[in-house]
Amino acid sequence: MPAGVTTPEGNTVKFTRFGSAAAIAVAATIVLSSCAANEAAPATSGSAAPVSKLSGTFNGIGSSAQGAAETAWIAGFQIANPKVTVNYDPQGSGAGRKGFIAGAAAFAGSDAALKDTELATPSPLCMAGTKAIDLPIYISPIAIAYNVAGLTDLKLDAATIAGIFKGAITKWDDPAIKSLNSGAALPSAAIVVVHRSDDSGTTQNFTEYLAANAPTVWDKPAAQTYPYAVGDAAKGTSGVADAVKGAANSITYIDESGATGLSIAQLKVGSAFVKINASGAADVVAKSPTVTGRDANDLAIAIDRKNTDKNAWPLVLVSYMIVCNTYADPAQGELVKAYAQYVASSEGQAAAQKQAGSAPLSKDLAAKVAKAIATIK
Amino acid sequence: MARQSTGVITARVRLGDRVFSGSTVIAGSVILGVLAAVALFLIVQSIPAITAKEGTLPNSAPNFWAYVWPLVFGTVWSAALALIISIPISIGVALFISHYAPRRLAQGLGYVIDLLAAVPSVVFGLWGVLVLAREIQPFFVFLNTNFGWIPLFGGVVSGTGKTVLTVAIVLAVMVLPIMTAVCREIFLQTPQLHEEAALALGATRWEMIRMAVLPFARPGIISASMLGLGRALGETLAVAMVLSPARVINFFLLTPQNPNTIAANIALQFPEASGIGINTLIASGLVLFVITFIVNAIARVAVNRRKAFSGAN
Repeated sequence: MPAGVTTPEGNTVKFTRFGSAAAIAVAATIVLSSCAANEAAPATSGSAAPVSKLSGTFNGIGSSAQGAAETAWIAGFQIANPKVTVNYDPQGSGAGRKGFIAGAAAFAGSDAALKDTELATPSPLCMAGTKAIDLPIYISPIAIAYNVAGLTDLKLDAATIAGIFKGAITKWDDPAIKSLNSGAALPSAAIVVVHRSDDSGTTQNFTEYLAANAPTVWDKPAAQTYPYAVGDAAKGTSGVADAVKGAANSITYIDESGATGLSIAQLKVGSAFVKINASGAADVVAKSPTVTGRDANDLAIAIDRKNTDKNAWPLVLVSYMIVCNTYADPAQGELVKAYAQYVASSEGQAAAQKQAGSAPLSKDLAAKVAKAIATIK
Repeated sequence: MARQSTGVITARVRLGDRVFSGSTVIAGSVILGVLAAVALFLIVQSIPAITAKEGTLPNSAPNFWAYVWPLVFGTVWSAALALIISIPISIGVALFISHYAPRRLAQGLGYVIDLLAAVPSVVFGLWGVLVLAREIQPFFVFLNTNFGWIPLFGGVVSGTGKTVLTVAIVLAVMVLPIMTAVCREIFLQTPQLHEEAALALGATRWEMIRMAVLPFARPGIISASMLGLGRALGETLAVAMVLSPARVINFFLLTPQNPNTIAANIALQFPEASGIGINTLIASGLVLFVITFIVNAIARVAVNRRKAFSGAN
């Protein structure tokens, strides 16, 4: 109908136009979602591995931090076991633990170990009377990344970091920063602090580190929600990285894998400055005690944030694979066990390092995890 | 027969009529049922959060209302800003299409605007955070240094440009298509006799639009704005991606600490939420449900009241 003509039926025209817009939207959704479904396919197709007797399907839900690593693990595991299908849905750690306890997923990926209350709630997946266990399988160093023109070798200690992220230190040429960086070209500009706007394990571990090492400055407890109303907030690792790249004189905390293209500050550990390094992060985790009062196979780790060994990097995130020690369905137990074995193996850890930039488990921790996995039924 | 004497003829009820009326009744009650089910779910899941004791809620909020109040403010504030930007633009675009543009151009433009409505919000979010926020940040600095004495532009300017004003601009762009489409259709329905009469009395085109078109279209403009407001209130992903939220209530447009919206807060916190945190988020969803309900009711009332004066009758 020509646009200039006025008729009582004008309304009908409107509705058909909306209808076509809706149809386009629906079509686009279908096309896009089918694309997404296709992405997982290549993982199953490349089968040049020894024949495996395992077959079946099982699902995991959980941490988005583990997302990239899980993709690599699933690809590797399915090449070795062509008849097994593993699905991992990176909905978030909380959603993963919830899903696991409700029996919606055979395993959960989580940036935090099961809480005591969650441990006490029996999952229908696990054999009655047995408990779920936490397996540390993903270690990621957290970087203090910044974007300041001309500054490439920033050095910081815990108290200064706490001051910056609390909003007490607001200028790059603050005496506290200057005293740690003699000779560096520090601009007289305001510090743009960028933090996560969504709840995250990264924030939890970052605040835990500051609360342990600079308790006088960082006077709030560790939390997965950023506790101070300071600076800019951005969604997810990629959002934070983008915000820092786009804003001059900015600084943030971020999983090392997301910090490509940004400068990373050195951290004062003990009396020396340490550059971020994967083995230092893995060492800190390996030397930390496990949480007391749990099953021997439950490897929930209380990270020692005050580790001052040479090259140690105590600003680290540990993510867990949460599984039943004994599955109610033995076939499922067998599948999950095989998958966990692959994930914790040096091969699996190397795949994650390549894909997600994580730090491989150190030898002794890998041995402990393997021992725990061996008991899965 | 008494019936025939009054002139009423009863038709024989046919199967087709029965089936059709039955299916419309089912369709009508399904939507009511779904709405009731959603409301019931929200209410049941909200109760633990609303009755929660101090110290159990997220953000160490003393009670649920203290938790949700900044979010309510942020939701209404960002949507209102978006409407302030989008109402004049959409009326202008719609008037251009209906009364100024050559017919060919008008038709093409109409299609383009309808297409804009089909762009998913994640695309607007990406544009907002990767392009708009970065490009507009120097302008924010300019506003802040030169007009900082106006409270709206005061405070410490954001270094990333991810402020409530950027969000409002993105939201305004998102609600433009629906508002423009509705306004355009309403403007086109102005009785031609009124328009011609105004022109015959010597009115210029602008005077004709002011005297004949706009009064006639007022209820339509209001309902268009309410449709836009509904979308702006509930928009989730674009806000979650663009806004730099904090737990504050303020009217600053350019600072990094902005009040978050309910929908964006749910999207940001739900994946990692557990226990009472989930109930709190669902309860905030219930609050949003009530807000949109109120907005729609106000729109209804406004449209009905204006109808009598529209000049259409």
